[in-house]
Amino acid sequence: MNRCMESMKDHGLSNQYNPVIGLEIHAELSTRSKMFCQCLADYFGQPPNTHVCPVCLGLPGALPVPNRKAVEWTILLGKALNCKINKITKFDRKHYFYPDLPKGYQISQYDEPIATGGIFQLGKKTFRIRRVHLEEDTGKLIHKGDETLVDFNRSGVPLVEIVTEPDFTNSTDVKAFLEELQTLIRYLEVSDCDMEKGSMRLEPNVSLRKLKSTKMPAYKVEVKNINSFRFAQKAVEYEIKRQTALLQKGETPTQETRGFNETKGITFSQRSKEEEQDYRYFPEPDIPPFVFETKFLEKVEVPELPHEKVERYVSTWKLRREEALLLTRDKKVAQYFERVISKLNQKKPDMVKPVEQTIAKLIVNKKIPIDIAESEFIERALEKRKKHEVDEKILAGVLGKIVEENKKAVEDYRGGKEGAVMFLVGQAMRELKGKADAVVIREKLMKLVRRDQ
Amino acid sequence: MNLHELSIAQLTRLLEGKKTSPEEIYTSFLTRIKEINPKINAYLTVINKPELDYSMRDKPLFGIPYSMKDTYNTKGIRTTAAAKVLDNYISPYDATAYTKLKKAGAVLIGKTNCDAWGHGSSTENSDFGPTKNPWNRDYVPGGSSGGSAASLAADLCSFSIGEDTGGSIRLPASFCSVVGLKPTYGLVSRYGCIAYASSLDTVGPMARSVEDTALVLEVLAGADSCDATTSQSKPPRYSQFLGRKIAGLKMGIPKEYFMKGMDDTVASTIAKAMKDLQKLGVEPVEISLPMTEYAISTYYLIAPSETSSNLARYDGIRFGTTRRSFGAEAKRRIMLGTFTLSHGYYDAYYKKATKVRTLIKNDFENAFKAVDFIIAPASPTPPFKLGEKVDDPLKMYLSDIYLVSVNLAGVPALSVPCGFTGNKLPISFQLIGRHFDETTLLNIGYQYEQVHGIYERPRIK
Repeated sequence: MNRCMESMKDHGLSNQYNPVIGLEIHAELSTRSKMFCQCLADYFGQPPNTHVCPVCLGLPGALPVPNRKAVEWTILLGKALNCKINKITKFDRKHYFYPDLPKGYQISQYDEPIATGGIFQLGKKTFRIRRVHLEEDTGKLIHKGDETLVDFNRSGVPLVEIVTEPDFTNSTDVKAFLEELQTLIRYLEVSDCDMEKGSMRLEPNVSLRKLKSTKMPAYKVEVKNINSFRFAQKAVEYEIKRQTALLQKGETPTQETRGFNETKGITFSQRSKEEEQDYRYFPEPDIPPFVFETKFLEKVEVPELPHEKVERYVSTWKLRREEALLLTRDKKVAQYFERVISKLNQKKPDMVKPVEQTIAKLIVNKKIPIDIAESEFIERALEKRKKHEVDEKILAGVLGKIVEENKKAVEDYRGGKEGAVMFLVGQAMRELKGKADAVVIREKLMKLVRRDQ
Repeated sequence: MNLHELSIAQLTRLLEGKKTSPEEIYTSFLTRIKEINPKINAYLTVINKPELDYSMRDKPLFGIPYSMKDTYNTKGIRTTAAAKVLDNYISPYDATAYTKLKKAGAVLIGKTNCDAWGHGSSTENSDFGPTKNPWNRDYVPGGSSGGSAASLAADLCSFSIGEDTGGSIRLPASFCSVVGLKPTYGLVSRYGCIAYASSLDTVGPMARSVEDTALVLEVLAGADSCDATTSQSKPPRYSQFLGRKIAGLKMGIPKEYFMKGMDDTVASTIAKAMKDLQKLGVEPVEISLPMTEYAISTYYLIAPSETSSNLARYDGIRFGTTRRSFGAEAKRRIMLGTFTLSHGYYDAYYKKATKVRTLIKNDFENAFKAVDFIIAPASPTPPFKLGEKVDDPLKMYLSDIYLVSVNLAGVPALSVPCGFTGNKLPISFQLIGRHFDETTLLNIGYQYEQVHGIYERPRIK
């Protein structure tokens, strides 16, 4: 081993290998009724087995009838992920035995999913979406002492599965992707994607290949039961470490399904390849295949998506990208912002900066709460604006004095301590008795400090 | 005059004229059930106290007692599919067919025996003992809806609801000399009928005349929001088409169906029936259904595959029994189906079978370009003896040789009695029609019935 390799090893392992990571994401659709029956789909917090009927209990003779809305929403999601929507699609039965699966099979989609071949843009990186399909959720096991009970309220709740291509190479992108995906799904208003309620579930699969190798690794490790983005990131990182160590010993990691232990931050083996199920997929005979008409597909319209909003805010309103990102993360916030802007523009207010930038800052910095009526928000914004009418000369004088008197903080800032500027802002605000806009002051101070350099 | 021997139309007339009451009719059937059923084991459950609802007085089947194959869910009433797995299962909901019949005023008198889960051609696979043929109790009644056919032949109900996946209505109807209709797939809701093979299962009426069959079909047919495979189009009033002109209709005679291997008496009896039909003006045309020889293999790949899936829910966790309670035939079909759906075998077996199924469907579509209906035997042989084929599954499977193609193609077929062997064992033909053309089949069957005479009933000692 040459010295270079040695130092790489010391450094922390993964430099010999490239991670190959793919993701499987499940999201429960927030339709009113379940996927194949009339039962209410909102089971959260309901007494066990109260949202059930012969269909979702899998009683003898009961038949599934697909939920039209769920199908439309999956098409919508497919479109938002730039997928091809397949004109012919069908449901299949996926067989396995488990006490929470009342029919002994799950109605899912196998070889003709609703959507295939999409693209997801994450900054400058592109991740490919392999497929988006629709299926039903299972019941839930509740372990109480020696007993295990089954609650079928969740059984038959519509579930979309999004599968990416193995395009990820690090855990940071995985986390960022998942967060963006959650935002997107919430924008479409098809799922609340609440990780804590289990309405969004993550399954990364991880393997490693030699640097420069383009072949897919001969194995794949799937990690299940992850209920936060941070844990997904941790699980991926742990797997990269674990598999690197095995490969360096000359071993090939086992193809298996692993669980994630949140407290220890480690993964553990659940099921190996030998124990892997043969799901015996075949077309669900109780549901005829769908043949979508072009007109029907055209009617499913994708609303403006978060990244499109960001672009619009940046290009037409000249917002800072970070601000635009913060504003668009929650659709409700973005919509509120846009409503305030449109109302304000009717008033043609006299503001120094473009209206949009001022309002954006007020919302992002939580200067004015957004749980009030838009008109009230506007009043308060204009009120604040009055406060800002501090004479520019006085302001310049005060700021100059602050910079002069706080050399240490200025040095700190120049040395890379971004936080130091906030100290200066605080000093200035005190001097001006709070009559100025902290954001404006911050910007002016930063300019001043940089110029002095 | 025995009330239990009368047709639906006759009973309705008596009720309308206040010459009898629903109670009286019910009692007449119930008394006969008490006497005869112990001899033939047609019923698994008999309902001693009927739910008579006089607000249904104006409904088409008001006061008419009927039986249902025990595969139909009936709320509060035991529903077993003749399987020990569901030995004491009381359903919490109603099958659509049952709901529709209730709304039509009909009165359920009992639930009939069958091969467990519909798996069989003789009712010998029932986990509750075989049903015996009322014509001769040494013989099987056919299957799987054997209890339904026997209950009709023995006048233990006015009509019955069977279920036909690969001949399960038509074979027992033929073996017991009653009428049985396998409707077009999608005409009648399957909701609440315990599934055997979902893409083949059909719900249909069995009765003692074609006219009664038509009256019951009118009630059963039509779209159901609980069954995604039902057709949305409104079905016709079948009984109003009975008696319309049939002269000039073209009758297809598939050469593949009239080959050696068919019993001589069956062949000659059906030949005579075809002559009778020609006298009514229908024109015989020889046709070919070239895929016929693959029908049984195709059926025995698709049906067990689906049944292995449908029976997966009886996993021992619910319903109070373990998987050990499955009978031998159910186990055989579960294993066969599990195998054919398994990774590495799916393409060679299940997928190929679905392709052949399409070819079989094409056969019928091509044939119906040239003819209006097809005539065929219902069974290559008259009824066989109890125990004769039960140990030879392959031989048993071949009983359905003329029947399963119809299910694979999804077309309708009507089994009509046309005579007896020297030993007084029943023989029937079946009329096969275009998709959703039950009207033509019922009309031809009805007119044949008029010239042939209404069917004889067995004397049960």
